[in-house]
Amino acid sequence: MDADALLAAVQRTVPEAVAVAAGPGRYLLVPAAAVDGLMLRLRDETELAFASLMDLTGWDLLGMPGAEPGIAVGWWLESPRHRHQVAIRVHLPREAPAVASVAALWPVAGWWEREVYDLLGVHFSGHPDLRRLLLPEDWEGHPLRKDYAYPVAYRGVAHARDGQRFAAPPAAKPKPGGA
Amino acid sequence: MSGERMILNMGPHHPATHGVLRLEVETDGEVVAAVRPDIGYLHRSIEKIGERVEWAQFVPYTDRVDYVCAMNANHAYVLAVEALLAHDPATRLAIPRRAEAIRVLVAELNRISSHLIAVGAMAMDIGAYTPFLHAIAQREAVNDLFERLCGQRLTYNYMTVGGVAFDLHAGAEEQIAAFLGELEREMVRFNRLVTANAIFRERCAGVAVVGAAEAVAWGLSGPNLRGSGVAMDLRRDAPYGIYGELDVQVPVGEAYAGARGRVGDCYDRYVVRLLEILESVRLIRAVLGLLPPPAAKADDPVGGFQADATKALRAPPAGEVRVRTEAPRGEMAYILVSTGGRQPWRVRVRTGSFTACAMLGHLLPGVFLADVVAIIGSLDIVLPEVDR
Repeated sequence: MDADALLAAVQRTVPEAVAVAAGPGRYLLVPAAAVDGLMLRLRDETELAFASLMDLTGWDLLGMPGAEPGIAVGWWLESPRHRHQVAIRVHLPREAPAVASVAALWPVAGWWEREVYDLLGVHFSGHPDLRRLLLPEDWEGHPLRKDYAYPVAYRGVAHARDGQRFAAPPAAKPKPGGA
Repeated sequence: MSGERMILNMGPHHPATHGVLRLEVETDGEVVAAVRPDIGYLHRSIEKIGERVEWAQFVPYTDRVDYVCAMNANHAYVLAVEALLAHDPATRLAIPRRAEAIRVLVAELNRISSHLIAVGAMAMDIGAYTPFLHAIAQREAVNDLFERLCGQRLTYNYMTVGGVAFDLHAGAEEQIAAFLGELEREMVRFNRLVTANAIFRERCAGVAVVGAAEAVAWGLSGPNLRGSGVAMDLRRDAPYGIYGELDVQVPVGEAYAGARGRVGDCYDRYVVRLLEILESVRLIRAVLGLLPPPAAKADDPVGGFQADATKALRAPPAGEVRVRTEAPRGEMAYILVSTGGRQPWRVRVRTGSFTACAMLGHLLPGVFLADVVAIIGSLDIVLPEVDR
């Protein structure tokens, strides 16, 4: 199946999906409420057979040109049988973002969902063990949020020397000499 | 078994955990009852750093995503940025063919040195120290070669958006050819010492069998997936660079351990890595055969610092791209999100070790405690890649 035929086939299975082109990339935007049912269909529909979840991640849309504030969460599926891939995307509100867990369909999702919860604060409902994965349990905040406040200290250990403070990332400075 | 349960804390600074992995192991006698892996000790927030530096400045950080195969990590990132730039004819870069060939050359050399660490360390984990020294001695030759090439032995920062930083040094082709010959002789010795060793084989045969469907559902990739008998290799199935011109053979697990062996056991994963070393030797010879000569009188024969790239990276196309490559530890894929600015909006790296490590809690219950290190070794988990 070429890319267009695949997209059409996926849309037959998932009629609520909207195809979006973003530069060289293409993905299917679906309503968050639909995720629970459609992932099973994507995995088990014979002509699609997305048996592999190859990646699951997200990013913050706050301040992104042309985007409503929110959190994007994406699933990158692959079919080893048909050798095709598809990217599924949802946009969640920044306040209390939540979406269905797919850990029961692809066990590897269990850790990726913990990672997205850890770094972006997305809640995956139905996840058997949703804890932070990379950062300590008592870490405050979710670092991949664009408005993440850099901590000054962790358990009394300062992150910077006297007088130094972590600031928000500087806007790209034009280099001297016009480079 | 139904003895009293004991909690055994393994790591994070355990010599057999390949970095800093902590396993909370619940044992029932000699058998593992449950495992809770605890990661994050090597988390350096590389993805967050990616949002704070400019596109080209991120290349040295890719070295640190996996410092056992930094060339492959470089390769994945620069290909992803180039794929983004190629979307707009105004920013599309011309990559010199010689640079494309050199990238594949050094990526395969790095795959050899990475696999040597994997098989050597696995033998060491099981209790055979000498094979590790044999493996590391061969890896040393690759390090020496890379040092001559780019001044670095571990984190190379060698590939750039647009090409590679330096052309091959004088005599590099002869140096590589001599190394390949010596490596082939060494692999015969290594096989006599380890692969054919009855104790090593019995320790690995039938241990931690991962079936093909199970491997696919857990997102395993690279040698771990192929060890389970699934013939999937991005170099052959979705070729990038000049891999499309090469005849890539894909070895898979075939219950190599004999009567007690099963497809997808520790021994199969080990043997697949050995076969891939020999496959890489073949690929490197093929690349040396088609390496175009440096363009005469060109200021920048390998495109490493082309002015076009500097210009394009100031205003890349907006959008997103996902580029997959076959790294020694499986699929290394970059997702880049661009808003057209000088810095990425999001840099995501997916690595093979992450999925292999995620599987430990599922794979280890039921095995003997002594097999835990053999299984971690057979999955070739490298922790910086897991934690990023």
